[in-house]
Amino acid sequence: MSALTPVLSAFWDQKDSFTIAGYKRNGGYKAVEKALSMEPDSIIQMVKDSGLRGRGGAGFPTGMKWGFIPQGDNKEHYLVVNADESEPGTCKDTPLLLANPHVLIEGVIIASYAIRANHAFIYIRGEVTHVIRRVQQAIEDAYKDGLLGKNIRGKGFDLELVLHVGAGAYICGEETALLDSLEGFRGQPRLRPPFPAIAGLYARPTVVNNVESIASVPSIIEKGAQWFASMGTEKSKGYTLYSLSGHVKNPGQFEAPLGITLRELIDMAGGIRAGHRLKFWTPGGSSTPMFTDAHLDTPLDYEGVAAAGSMLGTKALQIFDETTCVLRAVLRWTEFYKHESCGKCTPCREGTWWLVQALKNLENGEGKPEDLDKLLDLCDNIMGRSFCALADGAASPIISSLQYFRAEYLEHLSNGGCPFDPAASTIFERAGAR
Amino acid sequence: MPFNETHFDAMSKIIARYPRSRSAIMPLLHYVQSIDGYVTEEGIETIAEKLQLETAEVNAVATFYTQYKRKPVGQYHVGVCTNTLCAIMGGDEIYKSLLEHLEIENDGVTSDGKVSVEHIECNAACDYAPVVMANWEFYDNQTPESAKNLVDAMRQGNPPAPTRGPNRLVSWKEASAVLAGFNDGLAGEGVQAGEPTLLGLKIAHGKAGENR
Ligand SMILES: Cc1cc2nc3c(=O)[nH]c(=O)nc-3n(C[C@H](O)[C@H](O)[C@H](O)COP(=O)(O)O)c2cc1C
Ligand code: SF4
Ligand code: FES
Repeated sequence: MSALTPVLSAFWDQKDSFTIAGYKRNGGYKAVEKALSMEPDSIIQMVKDSGLRGRGGAGFPTGMKWGFIPQGDNKEHYLVVNADESEPGTCKDTPLLLANPHVLIEGVIIASYAIRANHAFIYIRGEVTHVIRRVQQAIEDAYKDGLLGKNIRGKGFDLELVLHVGAGAYICGEETALLDSLEGFRGQPRLRPPFPAIAGLYARPTVVNNVESIASVPSIIEKGAQWFASMGTEKSKGYTLYSLSGHVKNPGQFEAPLGITLRELIDMAGGIRAGHRLKFWTPGGSSTPMFTDAHLDTPLDYEGVAAAGSMLGTKALQIFDETTCVLRAVLRWTEFYKHESCGKCTPCREGTWWLVQALKNLENGEGKPEDLDKLLDLCDNIMGRSFCALADGAASPIISSLQYFRAEYLEHLSNGGCPFDPAASTIFERAGAR
Repeated sequence: MPFNETHFDAMSKIIARYPRSRSAIMPLLHYVQSIDGYVTEEGIETIAEKLQLETAEVNAVATFYTQYKRKPVGQYHVGVCTNTLCAIMGGDEIYKSLLEHLEIENDGVTSDGKVSVEHIECNAACDYAPVVMANWEFYDNQTPESAKNLVDAMRQGNPPAPTRGPNRLVSWKEASAVLAGFNDGLAGEGVQAGEPTLLGLKIAHGKAGENR
């Protein structure tokens, strides 16, 4: 049984964990002192050696990404932190920033120093007023402390950090759409190559990293690459935040080494809610193919989840019990992708619209069994034929649910509509608060 | 509202944050909402002028993002999460009962101008489902009953404090100023974390169950 390993979350239970005083009392900003007396390249090497992989979904090695930034090119470099957190189910960066924005700022200073950037941005989603307050205040306090601005800690390194607030568009979490949005345009993905490392923000070399990736850096600097790499599995190193939501007794955040299983996590969450059993779940948000109770012992690391046919994604474990209609769940996600499609390319813009129509018909018990294959056909014409990964995400819940729950789709047809009672899935059942 | 020197000053401060002025469009749009309540024609024209862009360019950006409103919302703008997880945990029922209770449609505003309601996508708080936002502050673990009480209190002018937010619920315009990057001094208020956020940590400390 893997034990929990609170690192990022270690001091979240202290009332003032979000203040600079609270952060420093717990050893915060020591890593930055250490980092600023190291060679930038040796920091990149250390992050490479740690095995840290991006926590924003794709799991790309962070140190390698930093290493792609051309050095000595006499151009401005930028670090952009992706705090857009909008993938359905994903709810780790937001509580992290509410409880401890300074660990991100410390990571930003170290990462910027390593890639030789003098300007960094945090792109945060706009629908979280209090989180925005906390991050804004933390940046101001870091400036006052001389941790940002000119000649940081007398080491000759300058860094400006700006918080940029989004305005409600899931696609702006996609890194190139994010950059367009930050430049003041509609948030639509860019053609790659060139990759952001060569031509990112303002066509300059840019690193885009997730909040959790950057927030993990101070601990690596302080405790060492070997310490970090001693946790996790062979190719998925370190600790990470797993978020459990839905039909478990106690939902919440669990910081554990990569490779823990859902069985272990559900156990810590007090089990599936009383009297019910697990039906399906997402390992990494709605864009990752769903799993069933057959996958309870799949190691939740990049390789383990991939081998079982899905993706670790953002480790957003949304749990649904047997009262839940899988078709209802899938239709709602599909409506989300249709709404959030940026409209740039036809397969995604039109395809998601058709997917919604087809699923609605099926939910109402209209149509024929052949429509299920039509649905898969539609997915086939969207997946891999669109401009960005949003469209692949849209197809994932449909393809995977048809793989595991085809009979339930057909039941809607034979039943002339949905056989489930939505009231049975609500939590008011147990709260008695209707 | 015609913009005055104070507003122009604030706008200049926003623009000065960025290496290139065009990047200021989004915070400037949030700022216009903090003055006018929504993105007015005049707001668009002023931004275009400040950034030396065509109004069509600013409009193109404003219409892309759902948080920029083209007509007034309530003093308290309520968003009910009806993305899959919240919907299933009860968000659909909360949303339906709120609209019925307030006798409005999606995106509608109550006749007293106090409350507007829209259904929203996943707001990164699924471990607190079902989630309701008001002026983008968290109201966690809602029920149809608690959500109705919340909007009733808003109409009476005394909404309860957000679950994870400052000690009072600020107005839509005040919240918009925060999104535009202006510090309202309330960052220190409210909890650092809710119970679900702390669950794993408590278990690691061998203290699980204490608060349950
Ligand atoms: C539609 C879409 C939405 C995304 N949303 C986010 C997001 O909200 N946060 C995030 O960090 N990455 C998101 N990503 C992934 C980013 O494109 C990018 O891979 C990531 O920010 C890189 O950071 P990392 O290497 O630290 O993981 C999204 C990708 C896609 C295709
Ligand atoms: S796949 Fe969808 S979201 Fe991505 S660029 Fe095309 S239309 Fe936009
Ligand atoms: S689904 Fe409602 S907050 Fe995530």
